[in-house]
Amino acid sequence: MELGLEGLSVVTDGRSLVRDLSLTVGTGQVVGLVGPNGSGKSTALRCVYRALRPSTGTVRVGGEDLSRLTARRSARLVAAMVQDGAVDVDFTVEEAVALGRAPHLRGNRALGRRERDLCARAMDRLGIRHLARRGVLTLSGGERQRVLLARALVQEPAILVLDEPTNHLDVHHQVELLSLLRDSGLTVLIVLHDLNLAAAACDRLGVLHDGRLVTAGTPEAVLTTDLVHEVFGVRAAVVSHPLTGDPQLLYSLAPSP
Amino acid sequence: MSPPAIAAPSASSAADPSAGEPLPEPPSGTRGLLASRKGLVLVCAALFAVLLVSIVTAIGLGAAVITPGETARYLWAAVSGGRVAAHEVTAYQIVWEIRTPRVLLAALVGAGLSAVGVAVQAMVRNALADPFVLGVSSGASAGAVAVTVTGGLAALGVYAVSAGAFAGALAASVLVYAVSAGRGALSPLRLILTGVAVSLGLQAVMSLLIYSAPDGEATGMVLYWTMGGFGAASWGALPVVSAVVLPGLVVLYRYGRALDVLALGDETAASLGIDPDRHRKALLALVSLMTGVMVAVSGAVAFVGLVVPHVVRMVVGATHARVLAVAPPAGAVFMVGVDLVSRTLMAPRELPLGVITALVGVPVFLTLMRRRAYLFGGS
Repeated sequence: MELGLEGLSVVTDGRSLVRDLSLTVGTGQVVGLVGPNGSGKSTALRCVYRALRPSTGTVRVGGEDLSRLTARRSARLVAAMVQDGAVDVDFTVEEAVALGRAPHLRGNRALGRRERDLCARAMDRLGIRHLARRGVLTLSGGERQRVLLARALVQEPAILVLDEPTNHLDVHHQVELLSLLRDSGLTVLIVLHDLNLAAAACDRLGVLHDGRLVTAGTPEAVLTTDLVHEVFGVRAAVVSHPLTGDPQLLYSLAPSP
Repeated sequence: MSPPAIAAPSASSAADPSAGEPLPEPPSGTRGLLASRKGLVLVCAALFAVLLVSIVTAIGLGAAVITPGETARYLWAAVSGGRVAAHEVTAYQIVWEIRTPRVLLAALVGAGLSAVGVAVQAMVRNALADPFVLGVSSGASAGAVAVTVTGGLAALGVYAVSAGAFAGALAASVLVYAVSAGRGALSPLRLILTGVAVSLGLQAVMSLLIYSAPDGEATGMVLYWTMGGFGAASWGALPVVSAVVLPGLVVLYRYGRALDVLALGDETAASLGIDPDRHRKALLALVSLMTGVMVAVSGAVAFVGLVVPHVVRMVVGATHARVLAVAPPAGAVFMVGVDLVSRTLMAPRELPLGVITALVGVPVFLTLMRRRAYLFGGS
């Protein structure tokens, strides 16, 4: 299912956080949003999982205007893995993952057999099945991140949006999580800080600066020395990854000229 | 410097021994039993049986002790329209006219406050929250004292004070709501801070009213409204309280999964199809109404709405549907017991309920906290 942001603008308290952002994520594509801190990446994402209503513009999922769908209906199409504040309630891993079925179940209806299998498979995929009965509060940061992704997968969405999903993950789990996203077949919009991971994982990248989309395209087209200098204010050489050919940045700590 | 010798075991590699295996056996003990729907129904049925026995026993106990068998017989006579012998009329009247409404009210309020406590803790995402954190009890006390001091609402006769308390509770809730929702979203922190501020303001208003009162009657009232008591219970109040609290319990139970999702944070809730703001507003209206009615008939019985939710969560886990099934009967049993102690321990004087809930509740709570790896609010 295609995800389209059309002329999205967000203004809160007189400040423009996102300005006229248009971006399309094709069915099954992985598109990364990159940009400096405060450039509006997370704000744009929040409009997609409906934590925020855009001031103007539309989010379309499969051609439908998201704001015309009920919250439940859109949660069945779009799942999110977000950086929410610490959760205080000691759900078990199993219970936390099962809450991904919330948009599909009325009231307190218990999970059916298929849904329990679905949760078990998601926990297997993320390697957290052995933690099923553990309390979420006893987990490490990386384990919690994987619980969040398992919950998003259990939601059975067509579109998945992720805000910094690789936070707290060691390099093994970072690579594994991004490969899982690539193989999932879902339409993915992902905010990443690490430009090299973004270049390796994404089909296309959108670069945000001050709420505006500066450029969008394949990692090769987008990640240039000039752009990195202009947007991030750092000097970097762009090299081709010897194994995959993806563009990779080598940063220079020397002060910018 | 040597490299670390032990590689961290990778939980998610293909060689993960747990992958594909069946889930580990459910843990033994209460939590395991409660994991199944059948177990939960059994536990609730057991709690209701205990509640029934407590009610009948508590009705029998007091200045005049009546055996449970006799009590049951009188109750049956009252319900079925049967007859009692002439020499039993006094005992019958004690049982039916005085103690039964009181004990039933205690059970209702215990159940209601426990369930409301669960809901409030989830909706403001704070382990320290209780039904009174949103200003309801201070509003009720201020309303009750205002009616007593000014002699207002005289047309309502004996219900004037309760009506004043209820009006005060609702006014406080509306104020908290209006202030914290002033800019659209009802954030948990705004809600709780507004509630605390409004409480403090209303307490000051209440103190002012008492100081300006001509006689000492108001001082005794303050103790009643801030510590709680069922001394004023009568059959007159029960229908109203039941009509609000019992459906309220059912509605809160049905909010179980929504509360689970709300407890995960507003961003996550939105992504799971639960509009946090809309749900929080609806819940605020419901819990304010329930708390207002309860405070109007019993004063603000502290501690029950704070501790019963935590104790139940320690036993059955965090899932709100389970907590909201077990907390009401557990809270009802607790409150019936507390009321019994309050009217028998120093008879004929009555102890304020808040004193006993705290004296019993604190040690129980602290012991359970130490014994269980209870992690509500951080590890």
